[in-house]
Amino acid sequence: MIAHSIFFYTFSIIAIVSAIMVTASKNTVHSVFFLILDFISISCLFIMIGAEFLGMIMLIVYVGAVAVLFLFVVMMLNVAQQKNQWFASEDSSKHIPVGLIISTLIFVELIIVVGGWKYKPDLFDINNSIETAKVSNTHALGQVLYTDYIHVFQISGMILLVAMIGAIVLTFRKRAGVKTQSYIKQISRERSDGVSILNVESNKGVKIDD
Amino acid sequence: MEYLSIFFDQVYKILFLLVPVLVSVAMVVWLDRRVWAFVQKRQGPNVVGPFGLLQTIADALKYLFKEIIIPSSSNKVIFILAPIVTMTLALIAWAVIPFSATQVLSDINVGILYLFAVSSLGVYGIIMGGWASNSKYPFLGAIRSAAQMVSYEVSIGVIIINVLLCVGSLNLNDIVLAQQDVWFVIPLFPMFVIFFISALAETNRPPFDLPEAEAELVAGYQTEYSGMMYAMFWLGEYANILLMCAIGSVLFLGGWLSPLEIYPFTLVPGPVWLILKILLLFLLFALVKAIVPRYRYDQLMRLGWKVFLPISLIWVVLTASYLFYFNLLPVN
Repeated sequence: MIAHSIFFYTFSIIAIVSAIMVTASKNTVHSVFFLILDFISISCLFIMIGAEFLGMIMLIVYVGAVAVLFLFVVMMLNVAQQKNQWFASEDSSKHIPVGLIISTLIFVELIIVVGGWKYKPDLFDINNSIETAKVSNTHALGQVLYTDYIHVFQISGMILLVAMIGAIVLTFRKRAGVKTQSYIKQISRERSDGVSILNVESNKGVKIDD
Repeated sequence: MEYLSIFFDQVYKILFLLVPVLVSVAMVVWLDRRVWAFVQKRQGPNVVGPFGLLQTIADALKYLFKEIIIPSSSNKVIFILAPIVTMTLALIAWAVIPFSATQVLSDINVGILYLFAVSSLGVYGIIMGGWASNSKYPFLGAIRSAAQMVSYEVSIGVIIINVLLCVGSLNLNDIVLAQQDVWFVIPLFPMFVIFFISALAETNRPPFDLPEAEAELVAGYQTEYSGMMYAMFWLGEYANILLMCAIGSVLFLGGWLSPLEIYPFTLVPGPVWLILKILLLFLLFALVKAIVPRYRYDQLMRLGWKVFLPISLIWVVLTASYLFYFNLLPVN
């Protein structure tokens, strides 16, 4: 148990400190790197409570794909060079009350959820049949996700698909005068399309028209 | 005291895995250069040691004694972290590769997901190196490779789903044992081909080495690196290639299983078969480098998103329907 708590506190301290550093660091790219560190330590915590599937999916989806896109955007926008003076400026103080309200709301919600879970477990519809069945984590998740919650699961998939198509439609535009290469044309090009052999009479030459 | 003995036991096991991996990375660099040379009718490195075997060690020694130059306008912490991240990620993935039914450092339930996660983290070493150098060629190389690796990961993920449909488990040893009757390379041959090509793109090997295309980008994300830090990138890249070969042989070539379960083959222990399969795949990697010209960037993206992704998705549907129709789905 000692080793367990040592690991738990190490990962959670790293997670909390890096979460604070995400908002506190002046350089936006550093913020994203701290966010990645946060994701990694949280997936370590997931693995520690036995949710190995969730931990690995967290690594693959958030760190392997989402955070890469974050980094992409942040690097492209070139905000790294701007020193973040927002904290010191006048209009930051206007946003502080809003931020405080939202964070208090989240805090209260978390307390309600965790407290309710702790003191009134029968309030929550936790499927006990799976815990007793002694199947692997991935198996149990699949059994719940593809039976009881199949509609919710499919709807969330559809929402993501719609969001993706929407993003593509919004950014897609036809520009005139852009030269593109058609790979079908390039591959199907034959020797006869480019080269023709002519017998050139001396002192007359060949007229090439185009 | 108990913890200490567990700790030292594990350290001993890890060293027993990592030292051979590092040595074989050095040998494999030599093999790559030799194969490349033979295809082009050259000799290749043949001077240092017998057959030039010690060439890589000589090179690594040279890098070790060279000065490490850190550009003054670079972001120093991230600049130094980048090669460390690359090397570490290339090495930690070996923890789950099964060398035989019992010889595996950690036999976890989600082995294949772990490998996939680690290989998707590999892009960070390159992005960090490219960004922290604070210069245009490394940055362009990093952006290119990030887009490339993220694109090809998608098709690798779908290919892994194909294999998992046939196995019914995420454990690597179960994947190997499921291939006792027939290696997955035979029923899933198109997936094997796509996996191989995606692995080339994932490890930035020719013909997909656009992140370091020397004609356009000097050396891509490695441009500002020198000395031991460059060598770490270089060795990490080869460790990654070996890892992709290992994943390929576990997923498709039956891992540590012997090709035929008859007398002379069964005498050879499992690890030897796995190493032979890894070497076979690596020879293919080396040959491709020597034979194929470099892709153009738009062709690379087209191949990943418009060819490989649809084909592997359709193949998932085919595999699933086949297994479902003939009642072969591995349900326990």
